[in-house]
Amino acid sequence: MDDIDRRIVNALQDPDAFPVSERPYAEAARALGLEEADLIARLRRMCADGLLSRFGPLFDAERLGGAVTLAAMSVPEDRFEVVADLVNAHPEVAHNYARDHPLNMWFVVAAADPERVRPVLDAIAQETGLSVHDMPKLEEFYIGLRLAV
Amino acid sequence: MPVSVTDRRLLTAIEDGLPLVPEPYAELGRRLGLSEAEVIARLQGLIAGGVIKRFGMVVRHRDLGYTANAMAVWDVPDDRVGAAGRRLAEFPFVTLCYRRRRQPPVWPYNLFCMIHGTDRRVVCDQIAQINSEPELAHCPHAVLFSRRAFKQRGARYSVREAKETA
Repeated sequence: MDDIDRRIVNALQDPDAFPVSERPYAEAARALGLEEADLIARLRRMCADGLLSRFGPLFDAERLGGAVTLAAMSVPEDRFEVVADLVNAHPEVAHNYARDHPLNMWFVVAAADPERVRPVLDAIAQETGLSVHDMPKLEEFYIGLRLAV
Repeated sequence: MPVSVTDRRLLTAIEDGLPLVPEPYAELGRRLGLSEAEVIARLQGLIAGGVIKRFGMVVRHRDLGYTANAMAVWDVPDDRVGAAGRRLAEFPFVTLCYRRRRQPPVWPYNLFCMIHGTDRRVVCDQIAQINSEPELAHCPHAVLFSRRAFKQRGARYSVREAKETA
């Protein structure tokens, strides 16, 4: 990543920085003092390198009629890899992290159909033989994940 | 807001990313049999309606150096959790903040926030700063740093449903 890449990443995480217009990359590039082709090429490279997971939309699952929850398990250390594979095999699992706590595996389940969330958690409990603790969101105070580089 | 079948086809077409070409909305229109103007109008409607929360860059934070990521949690009495959550959301380093269901006895905590950092010491100082707030005084709390990410990708909501209704 060079300084120009950093400027692009810092600018384009802003919700208002990317227009929905006929030549959006040209407009965004102009604001950054870049050429349209250069911005597109750099975004392609950063996606290919895995620095960006994508350049596009972040959806609100609930407004789409879907549902999301956060779940946690206590996984014995010697079974951690096996259990992680079982959990990750479910396409509804969007993220899965190991964390320092007796509840050491935390994952997000997201489904287009809210009725699908419970069966996924039940299936994971059955496949792993472990308790799955469901902690759905009750209220949202802030979501503004935006990271400077 | 109601999301039409055409809107869902459009969301499915962009959920892995917007085409990285000079006229991405015209390109999407060609794929979906819509005009460029219709694609733009529909996306603007989806953004205004809050179905699309944000449009632009979705970063892989760990690959950008954010490896000191903490989930900080508190057990706040129900009548104080709203005020505490709103106060937490004011801290510039808090990236997400939610009230969630407790799971007693294993998990008594109901207020969750994420702090994404590049240095554990800085993140611990930030959490100490939060803990000095009167709204959170005397509330049991815990800090869970993440060790490894096994899976990190955007959730896909629209694909299956769009296929079912197609």
